[in-house]
Amino acid sequence: MSTTSSLLRYPRLLALQARMSLLVSLQYRLDFFLTFSLGLFWSVSALVPLLVLFRLRTGVAGWTWPEALLVASFFLMIKSVLSAMIQPSAVATVEQIRLGTLDFVLLKPADSQFLVTTSRLELARVSDFFAGLVLLGIALYQRGEPPTVTGVLLAIWIFGAGVAILYALFVLVLSMAFLFVKIDNLSYLMASIFDAARWPSSIFRGALALIFTFVIPLAVMTTYPSLALLGRVGAGRVAIATVVAAFFVALSRLAWVRAIRRYTSAGG
Amino acid sequence: MTVAGARATASPPPATRRRARGPLRALPVMLRVHFAEAIAWRAEFLIWVLAYTLPLIMLALWSAVAREAPVGRFGEREFRAYFLVTLVFRLLAASWVVWDMSFQIRQGTIAARLLRPVHPLIQFAAQQAAAIPLRLALATPIAAAAIAWVGAAAISHDPLHLLSLPILLAGAWAMTFLVMAIIGSLSFFWESALGIFDLWLGFYFLFSGYLMPLELLPAPLRAVGEWLPFRYMLSFPVEVTLGLVDRRELLQGLAIQWGWTAVLTIGAIATWNAGVRRYSAFGG
Repeated sequence: MSTTSSLLRYPRLLALQARMSLLVSLQYRLDFFLTFSLGLFWSVSALVPLLVLFRLRTGVAGWTWPEALLVASFFLMIKSVLSAMIQPSAVATVEQIRLGTLDFVLLKPADSQFLVTTSRLELARVSDFFAGLVLLGIALYQRGEPPTVTGVLLAIWIFGAGVAILYALFVLVLSMAFLFVKIDNLSYLMASIFDAARWPSSIFRGALALIFTFVIPLAVMTTYPSLALLGRVGAGRVAIATVVAAFFVALSRLAWVRAIRRYTSAGG
Repeated sequence: MTVAGARATASPPPATRRRARGPLRALPVMLRVHFAEAIAWRAEFLIWVLAYTLPLIMLALWSAVAREAPVGRFGEREFRAYFLVTLVFRLLAASWVVWDMSFQIRQGTIAARLLRPVHPLIQFAAQQAAAIPLRLALATPIAAAAIAWVGAAAISHDPLHLLSLPILLAGAWAMTFLVMAIIGSLSFFWESALGIFDLWLGFYFLFSGYLMPLELLPAPLRAVGEWLPFRYMLSFPVEVTLGLVDRRELLQGLAIQWGWTAVLTIGAIATWNAGVRRYSAFGG
């Protein structure tokens, strides 16, 4: 009985955090609306290079237009996780570490990593997720061939692994914040590298290809789920996605626990 | 009544003369102070600079396209040269004054700048200019590596092209700074000025040649782009470096670039002054 309630506790807490964030952002309605529409504008404008490229060519690095569009739509969806949850929470947490008010978060009777990474949700940024879903539909429609059930399930599984990796990467960066305090530019750097995930990973060759699979596993986040929908993902890639995700989650948890243990509050 | 305005009406003529010379005398000191500041923040600066990865991603993408067949005038080698020069010039011409300005305005610390006897826009400009040696130090190795990789043949050999480069880069730097100053000054009126900057950046990426050479854009977009300032902030100096424009176009482009710079200067001063007139420090 108590296990079920503690399992349900975190989804309930998440819903609560989301509601609080929504209430806060609805106080600034104009801002909310602007962020939402700016997000949509960005999503569409980011497609221009893709459009230009496929006006000139029918394929690039083995990817046709609908296939590359699939990758771009997965990118938009995972980017919404980044900009709606991870980045705002990271900014808020860094501020709390600087001011010492993180102590109040640590005193709460729930997991600190969970509280910190969900502390601020910018719900207006969810616009990207919907834009991504719409594009995904368009891409599948233009391709003309519906994905198989296995394909869809594998795509969801791998996409989940990608989200887990992204989350873990930012927990790692946050853990570093305890040492360096100023990490907003580090998270900015991460976000700018992350932009490479917009494109099918096969355009990168040599060292970059390896980096984007294992060090900063962008390929897992967008290219692999697309391949799954296209029915082209082998057992090897599913295994890579799963193992890399498990590794990063474990590593980030370890880093977080260590960082918290060494934390001595501001001025300590 | 602004601080500057009050002083202007109160000052006797000799003071006016001294005031006109003031900014010039203060300039070396300001540059030295801000240079020291830039050096102190070098690690942070380096990370900001490392974040300019987009041209490299675009380089990978367009190289993959050109591997099959060249796109217009651009083969694999031309793309390589194009995006590396773009990266170097973006590094040199960049600025961060919009964040600085909007932060200081929102926090109220801008008041200290208003009290100094030099126009705040000149103070901001000095701060950004002081970072140029650091930018050069970072950009030079990249440029050298680029030339070693692509070969000097990819760069224009026309002396007029090469001689005009410093002027073009100065223009690009000035335009970038001035646009940021205008949008930063909007923080006096509106809290979400940084949102406008995001919007501006979206257009900049597309029309400045940051994502692809402008000549690859579809004709309607290119036609729109001709009436916008973005090309002269990045793409035009790059095109000149690679010898993609002839001498007549070069001179024409120079004139347009400095025309934009003049317009933006007037715009920046007007926006700033209007903003300051409206401003009464926080808590005041």
